[in-house]
Amino acid sequence: MSGQTITEKILARKSDRDRVSPGEVVWARVDGLMMHDVTSDLAIDILNNDFGGRIASGLKIVVVPDHYVPNKDIKSAALYGKLKKFVAQAKAQSADIHDYMIEGGDYGVCHYMVPEKGHVREGEVWVGGDSHTCTYGALGAFSTGFGSTEAGNVLGTGQMWFRVPESMRLDVTGKMPRNVMAKDLFLRVVGDIGVDGALYQAMEWGGEAIRNMSMDERMTLTNMAIEAGAKNGIIEPDGTTFDHLFARGAILQCEGLATEDDMDSLQSDTDAQYASRIKYDASGLEPLVAKPHLPSNVVPASELKNVKIDQAYLGSCTGGKWEDFVAAAEVLKGHKAAKGVRLLVVPSTADIQRRIVREGLYDIFMDAGAIVSAPTCGACLGGYMGILDKGERCISTTNRNFRGRMGHPDSEVYLASPKTVAASAIAGYITGANK
Amino acid sequence: MKNKITGKVYVVGRDIDTDLVIPARHLNDFSPSYLAKHAMEDLDPKKYPIPFLNKDGTCEYRIIIAGKNFGCGSSREHAPIALAAAGIRAVVAPTFARIYYRNSVNGGAQIYPLESTLELGDFIQTGDEIEIDLEERKVKSPKFENSWPIRDFGPVADIIEAGGLTAYNKKRLGLVA
Repeated sequence: MSGQTITEKILARKSDRDRVSPGEVVWARVDGLMMHDVTSDLAIDILNNDFGGRIASGLKIVVVPDHYVPNKDIKSAALYGKLKKFVAQAKAQSADIHDYMIEGGDYGVCHYMVPEKGHVREGEVWVGGDSHTCTYGALGAFSTGFGSTEAGNVLGTGQMWFRVPESMRLDVTGKMPRNVMAKDLFLRVVGDIGVDGALYQAMEWGGEAIRNMSMDERMTLTNMAIEAGAKNGIIEPDGTTFDHLFARGAILQCEGLATEDDMDSLQSDTDAQYASRIKYDASGLEPLVAKPHLPSNVVPASELKNVKIDQAYLGSCTGGKWEDFVAAAEVLKGHKAAKGVRLLVVPSTADIQRRIVREGLYDIFMDAGAIVSAPTCGACLGGYMGILDKGERCISTTNRNFRGRMGHPDSEVYLASPKTVAASAIAGYITGANK
Repeated sequence: MKNKITGKVYVVGRDIDTDLVIPARHLNDFSPSYLAKHAMEDLDPKKYPIPFLNKDGTCEYRIIIAGKNFGCGSSREHAPIALAAAGIRAVVAPTFARIYYRNSVNGGAQIYPLESTLELGDFIQTGDEIEIDLEERKVKSPKFENSWPIRDFGPVADIIEAGGLTAYNKKRLGLVA
């Protein structure tokens, strides 16, 4: 009998099975559910209308409104109000709920808040009504995005069906050049395999370059798994994972895992079966950009020097993490955005916003002519705070460049790393940062 | 499950993302009737000269024939809800992005995600009238003698049969008779 991947091991344990095989459907216990302002409306209705309003026991819920907060219009305010009422309802039942409503100021973009606040543990099953819920796989969890009906059913039952995915193993060796980030690595991969290259699969990352990567950078890789069509992105837990967890007060204890010796159950077996194995050498990477209108439309930044930009956007769950701003500030320090370029800085959480001010990044951004806003998903999905007009062009640290994604259907989004976005803001056209 | 779906077809290419199906600027409203009036409104008119919606916001199509990876990107369930409320009963594509597929299966909107073995857009054009026989699992067009097969629903057939995940779960857990 062949070995199992980490994804298979987690799904087997959570569905009380010894092993599971790709293709079969299992009902698994869900450990954590993330809910935000845009997709929870229907989920709350289903809980109340179909499951008597009772939240399943054993389910941890983390509520993080982020898309349109602070509320951008009356309809958004209604969605927010409904979420707030739901939080009160859940608390009245003593449900295991943690909320980051914006009152009080401790709030931010869901996919950075949930792992940053220490809610996700290795080996857990996480779901959320947002496609980038796959981010939490950076901590060695099985984590995937789904719909609102599904969120309502998880609220009511604590379980969900999953088709066990085949896994794609991506082994990355070598040391990244200084002007290259995890974003470039992901763009290289999706450029090679396409936006459905990992359809229905788990993207499992490993190798020396991943082992040496920080948690923030790992989260870029698992966050973007969905852009290759994957069900989840995942990285086997290691010292970096446990440093992250211990720093957030975690203790070595979760379902079925008593000690560090049991960590074998969260490593893929050497004889695990993969749909494909792909190797990359990080030292050979260069700054890359995904041109409109697909994340797989990838070319070297150096080929786009004739492409002028109107806006440079630093933010979102993909490119609004602490280290993303540190990287951008390194490039921007002592420089100004080119004439005619709007430079938007949107921290993904209030904690990051505070660090930006305290650790001197704020002055670097302001001196560069940037507009630094409060945390929000903002313009990443064309919500607000940086919507593009017809014919405008934006280079962005976000995750999607679909037609109309950040505004007018005839605007253009180019995806790149924080360093490339910063360098392009200074130049006024698309360019990578210096080596 | 109804046995047959008939009606006019709208044909689109591959990698149709859910931002195209329903743009994010409309996600502050979950009501199906509102979403229906904005379904597919950002499709590039240069590629799709025939609009999906009529000027009054109604839709005369009942079936979408798509290329690979239909519904990629955002998890918004607003996408199948918008299409279903516009009158679409089925999307036929060689592959679906997984969250869109799940939302079609699990949601209560009754819009079937049907996996074809071929790119049917190579044969069928926008405006054609076709018939989908769900029992025989075949797509038929009066223009062609042959019919095209569609794959079975596999392990999720029971959820579709029940009318979505909520109904299925209630039955599974004994919450309704």
